[in-house]
Amino acid sequence: MINKTTNQKAWFFVIPVIILVAFNALIPLMTVVNYSVQDTFGNNLFFWEGVKWFEDVLNSPRFHDSFLRQMAFTGTILLIEIPLGIAVALAMPRKGPWVSVCLILMALPLLIPWNVVGAMWNIFALPDIGLLGYSLNALGIDYNFTQGPIAAWITTVLMDVWHWTSLVVLLAYAGLVSIPDAYYQAAKIDGASNWAVFWRIQLPKMKRVLTIAILLRFMDSFNIYTEPFVLTGGGPGNTTTFLSIDLVKIALGQFDLGHAGAMSLIYFFIVLLVSWVFYTLMMRNET
Amino acid sequence: MIKYKSLLPIIYIIFLMLPIYWLINMSFKTTNEILGVFSLWPLEFTLENYRTIFTDPTWYNGYFNSIIYVVMNTVISVTVALPAAYAFSRYNFLGDKHLFFWLLTNRMAPAAVFALPFFQLYSSVGLFDTHIAVALAHCLFNIPLAVWILEGFMSGVPKELDETAFLDGYSFSRFFGKIFIPTIASGIGVTMFFTFMYSWVELLLAKTLTSVAAKPIAATMTRTASASGYELGLLAAAGALTIIPGALVIYFVRNHIAKGFALGRV
Repeated sequence: MINKTTNQKAWFFVIPVIILVAFNALIPLMTVVNYSVQDTFGNNLFFWEGVKWFEDVLNSPRFHDSFLRQMAFTGTILLIEIPLGIAVALAMPRKGPWVSVCLILMALPLLIPWNVVGAMWNIFALPDIGLLGYSLNALGIDYNFTQGPIAAWITTVLMDVWHWTSLVVLLAYAGLVSIPDAYYQAAKIDGASNWAVFWRIQLPKMKRVLTIAILLRFMDSFNIYTEPFVLTGGGPGNTTTFLSIDLVKIALGQFDLGHAGAMSLIYFFIVLLVSWVFYTLMMRNET
Repeated sequence: MIKYKSLLPIIYIIFLMLPIYWLINMSFKTTNEILGVFSLWPLEFTLENYRTIFTDPTWYNGYFNSIIYVVMNTVISVTVALPAAYAFSRYNFLGDKHLFFWLLTNRMAPAAVFALPFFQLYSSVGLFDTHIAVALAHCLFNIPLAVWILEGFMSGVPKELDETAFLDGYSFSRFFGKIFIPTIASGIGVTMFFTFMYSWVELLLAKTLTSVAAKPIAATMTRTASASGYELGLLAAAGALTIIPGALVIYFVRNHIAKGFALGRV
């Protein structure tokens, strides 16, 4: 850790960042706040509504449904991606030419535009022409993600696992290679089992990077929009309509600005709250 | 034992490659073949889909538009993030911790929340449908990310480096340009990779802020899919081509990528 000196002039270094981010963050956020407390009959005539929209959103079954769907989705993918990512990272080679090959191939899904991910999985999973859909049906499993809600869910989760598990792998791997060899030698002398090495050495050493992994995966999966939108369009019915998809439907589809504004703020507040918890945990690990 | 252990990464990589293979497979097929027969490889191998993309300006301009705003965004983000990250890694100042967290909250913001206000904001300042609009909009999440990663890398550089340079009579700007930036060059490379990546993959804001002149390739794909029926081969070829820039930048940062994902803090 660096001993920092107090210097108020450091503010000058951060001013450009503040200006650019504030332009992008504060003005739109104030627009949203503005919408969330007003109503309109068109013609740019707005009148004060107070907290009516917030009450509406919090009491609407539609919001409850998308929120629960969102929680279920984020919970599921975290439960799959974090253990799977750790397992793959543990099994990866530490040295040699294969390390680069593994890292490059694994990072590939992370750099594919999100709508291409959706389109790719659509083509891959279509029951008549997709490799996955066709194979499953050939095996006698009735699978059609455009009609069956369960199939749609599984496909969406599988797509996210495909897309993002590598992030966890890379983070866990970075944590693992930073463990000095001396730790393993000491464990060997003590006759520790693989399991003990994992629980007592590797996992504690990975704690920091894993917190980052959970934080990033939570934020990005909670904000997910493009991939499921392209894959399923939120359907069949509303079964894969997550918070962002619902919000865009209300804001840009129905142009229901007050409702969308209030929902935006509630949504943002939830993400912020959970992220703040992880962030505090992470910072505590650091010191 | 060793063979058994390496099985998991191999299976995992095969799982990652299957959809990509399927996309590439589709891109070399004719529409008739795609809809007519199921085959694991192209029976009538065709380059027609790629030819269409390389000869039709509405297609290939999409790639140029994407590359232009992604590069602009990377340059802006890293340039302004460098001094800020230095300040956060070296100094305590009034409100520094709150400021840092406020920056991160913008990385957490759902893009969907900002889609409509961004459209109104950039329309009202006359920047709608320009590359710079998308580049600036992506600063919302890329600047915080760049500050976060760079701060991690800079905290790994001992402060004695700065102090020695100042004792040797270096001015701040000379020290920063001649000594400090070369020292954290790999960190800057990794940061550029991440800003490139997130700007390249984002679509919702990029699509909302453009209509014709600056339309990204990803948005071109969604429109073509709905406009001309369902030209799957063409869609697959366009998708396959979007993988290439990502693959190239991964290759350049392959040795630092794991550390970068850990935000420079391992």
